[in-house]
Amino acid sequence: MEIPRHWRLQKQRYALVGEECPHCSAKIFPARDVCPECGGEAKEPFRFSGRGSVYSYTVMNNAPAGFEKTLPYTIALVKLDEGPTVTAQLTDLNDEEVQIGMPVEMVTRRIKEDGDERGMLIYGYKFRPVMG
Amino acid sequence: MEKVYAAGIGQTPVGEHWDKSLSNLSSAAIQLALNNSATLHVDALYAGNMLASSASQQANLGTLIADNAGLTGVETFTAEAGEASGAAALRMGYIAVHSGLVRTALVVGVEKYTDAVGPEMAAETASGLDYDFEAMYGLTPEAQAGLLTARYLHTFNPPREALGAVSVLAHKNAVGNPKAMYRRAISPERYAAAGLPGDGLNMYDIAPYADGAAALLLTSDKKIAEATGGGLIELLASQSAVDALALHDRPDALAFSAVTASVHKALARARVEWAQVDLFELWDAFSIYGILSVEACGLAARGEGWRWLAEIDHSPAGDMPLVTMGGNKARGFPIGAAGVYQAVEAVVQLRGEAGENQVPGAKTALVQSMGGPASNVFTHIFARS
Repeated sequence: MEIPRHWRLQKQRYALVGEECPHCSAKIFPARDVCPECGGEAKEPFRFSGRGSVYSYTVMNNAPAGFEKTLPYTIALVKLDEGPTVTAQLTDLNDEEVQIGMPVEMVTRRIKEDGDERGMLIYGYKFRPVMG
Repeated sequence: MEKVYAAGIGQTPVGEHWDKSLSNLSSAAIQLALNNSATLHVDALYAGNMLASSASQQANLGTLIADNAGLTGVETFTAEAGEASGAAALRMGYIAVHSGLVRTALVVGVEKYTDAVGPEMAAETASGLDYDFEAMYGLTPEAQAGLLTARYLHTFNPPREALGAVSVLAHKNAVGNPKAMYRRAISPERYAAAGLPGDGLNMYDIAPYADGAAALLLTSDKKIAEATGGGLIELLASQSAVDALALHDRPDALAFSAVTASVHKALARARVEWAQVDLFELWDAFSIYGILSVEACGLAARGEGWRWLAEIDHSPAGDMPLVTMGGNKARGFPIGAAGVYQAVEAVVQLRGEAGENQVPGAKTALVQSMGGPASNVFTHIFARS
């Protein structure tokens, strides 16, 4: 069970908190130590709006350990409005067909269990189609 | 700086070797390579492996291998670069011999994929991804290929069945490779009709993970290399480049920029142009990787890689032979060992020992290996003097 590791990443996963580079204003997710745009040190927290669109997606029928119970699931590359792209599952699809380019918004959901039935539950971001 | 010669090769059949361990497989390949060589003396052993620490709970693998193979007095460590670990070990062997610090290096790729089963193994094969932000959300190597395939189809609109060209070719070539896992040809119709296991890929788009070990002896001693037989084969260039680890961190996911960087440096270093390359062992872990690679190598324009692969003759007697011994798809994909298998296959071709798969007059071979979706790319160029 990887408790310290998951504890470290809570804010990033629950609330999509990344960084804003104080040198060039680039928005960074996930948090890194060095700004990928200008190479300067980047540590200022920045909370993303959660809005984005689907850059690509794929439906998974074979899962790694911890994800078997949630099969089949759709995983996507979501380009956030502020610039960065993230990897995340899509949720609340109901029978809606996923399209590349479709607008989505972030929600916090359970991602997996770490370890056996006594293990901690890990939550994080998923994205659902924007309502309306 | 010393020239680096290939002076001995060995490979076990690729398959599910439930009854064999990492030690069994690696020592079999080592024995074959040493018997194939004109020397029994090895100064250094570089092991390439991805999964032993997790699937087999075995770290310090190089030491285990050297010990079990009876190679006392040798120095060793393991090189790891995801699925390109074998190529990383080859690069290490090249650096060691080329620098003059090591006279004879044994490069050994070995993988025991069958030491773990089921979802646990699926989690372990995903360890080459960004763990915190890709694997943690349930992404796997197969899903990465699915994401790239979906984006490619959306952007360039090729006929879906055209993506299977390398897979069909690989299966045809594997018929002539006694070490291959799948030695049965498939037709383009069969590829087109194959069911989708989800992910937007069909089963022929995915190279099957397997066990195996391959070994290659590198030396600066020209006499030993010449005495080995098959001609003097030189490792002319070894170049590597990386991209952002996570697919989502790349400005253009379809660009495979590490392929471009690695192959350009290698060609420049070897003073070779693509027109002089007689065979290209490209990395066919997934169909889409071969397509994106040929575009990144400059062999086809962006969005035209599928066409270059589907419309040109890539058989051993063709214009640009590819996956001449079956590639990862049909020879089988022993993950961290695959890079050494590719190198061994290139040497077999250059020696003229490829039988019915022989590329006529093969003189220059380019081998490309990838960790992940071109996250870490190694290009090696071998040439017969």
